[in-house]
Amino acid sequence: MIKARVTVTLKNGVLDPQGKAIEGALGSLGFEGVNQVRQGKVFDLEVETLDRAKAEEEIKAMCEKLLANTVIENYSISLS
Amino acid sequence: MKSAVVQLPGLNRDRDMIAALTRISGQAPVTVWQTETDIPDVDLIVIPGGFSYGDYLRCGAIAARMPVMDAIRRKAEAGVKVLGVCNGFQILVEAGMLPGALMRNVSLKFVCKEIKLEVVNADTDFTRAYETGQIIRCPVAHHDGNYFVESETLKSLEDNNQIVFRYADGTNPNGSLSDIAGVVNRRGNVLGMMPHPENLIEAAHGGNDGRGIFASALEVVAAA
Repeated sequence: MIKARVTVTLKNGVLDPQGKAIEGALGSLGFEGVNQVRQGKVFDLEVETLDRAKAEEEIKAMCEKLLANTVIENYSISLS
Repeated sequence: MKSAVVQLPGLNRDRDMIAALTRISGQAPVTVWQTETDIPDVDLIVIPGGFSYGDYLRCGAIAARMPVMDAIRRKAEAGVKVLGVCNGFQILVEAGMLPGALMRNVSLKFVCKEIKLEVVNADTDFTRAYETGQIIRCPVAHHDGNYFVESETLKSLEDNNQIVFRYADGTNPNGSLSDIAGVVNRRGNVLGMMPHPENLIEAAHGGNDGRGIFASALEVVAAA
């Protein structure tokens, strides 16, 4: 079994109103000089194989098909 | 003209859509459950609004991967008209049947109000009852209607007259790119729109500005 973490982030140039609101909230809490806050998603998952190449290939397919919307999002995969 | 309404867990505007289609076409649409792999012979398939799968992951993302969507895709390829309203629009973009993505409203708030729409292209199967440039009223109710496409796709949408509706008179409720409220596919038989025309079709609704979309798609003469 291989554990993996998929991180999905908005592409550059895609407006992130939630990130902007969080940035504003950080400022109002007194954290100064915080810029370019972007909100993303993290998925932790386990795949039942010991073949790391196969696991990575399969998770990449999952990202393309469901976990990320590649019109607006990028993804990265890390295996533990 | 026969129509079908798709039903998925979490959609809640299906009854309004069934009522509108029944009223305008004179016959009740068939309903199609998400697990069905075959759709009856109809002229128009409608994916109504709501919150399919609780908007988990992304609005429409999980619904877009249900078996019924393959059947809808095949029907669309065969030329059947497909209309997605609100969550239905989100499902169509997630399914890759329409370009772009629908993101969180810029205000971060759910908006439920009446807006104005410009009919940008009245030369489609869904808008023949209108004139190009006509401004109509229409209700909206959504949290994720902020339409986005990258600039190259925006240009091709404009060049091919695929932008069917824009929010007019400064009523853009969600920050959508270029005020886009509804787009059609290249072939012209799949329309997605955020506003809810099914909720403005008769006097009891306070107007019938939305009726023309169904009258056009169902090829019935729009009644006053």
